[in-house]
Amino acid sequence: MSIGDSSTPIGKAQGLGSAREGGEHWLTERVTSIALLLLGSWFIASLLLLPGLDPHTLAEWLKAPSGAIPMALLVVVGFKHALDGMKVFVDDYVHEPGSNFVINTLLLFLAVAGAAIALYALAALAFGGAQ
Amino acid sequence: MASTRPRPLSPHLTIWRWGPAMAVSILHRATGIALSVAGLAILAWWLMALAQGPEAYAVFSKAAHSPIGIIILVGLTWSFFQHLLSGIRHLVTDSGAAFELGINKSSAILTIVGSVILTILLWAWLLGVRP
Repeated sequence: MSIGDSSTPIGKAQGLGSAREGGEHWLTERVTSIALLLLGSWFIASLLLLPGLDPHTLAEWLKAPSGAIPMALLVVVGFKHALDGMKVFVDDYVHEPGSNFVINTLLLFLAVAGAAIALYALAALAFGGAQ
Repeated sequence: MASTRPRPLSPHLTIWRWGPAMAVSILHRATGIALSVAGLAILAWWLMALAQGPEAYAVFSKAAHSPIGIIILVGLTWSFFQHLLSGIRHLVTDSGAAFELGINKSSAILTIVGSVILTILLWAWLLGVRP
């Protein structure tokens, strides 16, 4: 039984446990949640401790590596955790394999697109490409 | 021998007797969906607005300061704290602990009390209230 394996040996022998896969997905959700515990706390604490919430102060905060790097991690891990969580929701309630595949694929595209937009914005801020 | 019984499905809302633990479980899912959809969309929009300069940020800021914008942002703040606290409770129960009726119920209530208090404190701070 390896890490992320979702059934015990006896469960496997009896044909019980996860129907297809899922142990690794389950574990990834927990690992990203621990990362988001740290990154989310950092995000809230930063907003509270900044001298102001005007666009200039916010941009200066996110231009510096100390702001840009944790924010990039928050975006990547946040979208990954959201995607994993939404998959649980979809898998619970959309049982027809075709619809399930379509909705999960759509969510994957949306998550990757959202993360790309947010990372582009961070890069534009950090490297000064935009105004 | 593979099991021929149909695999168990997730129970729907209707079959549960209401109590703190099931309410927190449902809230965890609902707040997770809210954060995944609205939270991350607003995060990406906010970063993009910052990257595009003062005029784009003014559009974001106007929406964020509108009554609906404030309701959504306060709702997302509460969702964040509720999901964070019940997420921590989730990690504890994942380890096999806190399934005794007393602590299971009191920890569920505690996540709701905590999320409401943290939301009030954060918005009080953002609105300039200082101890």
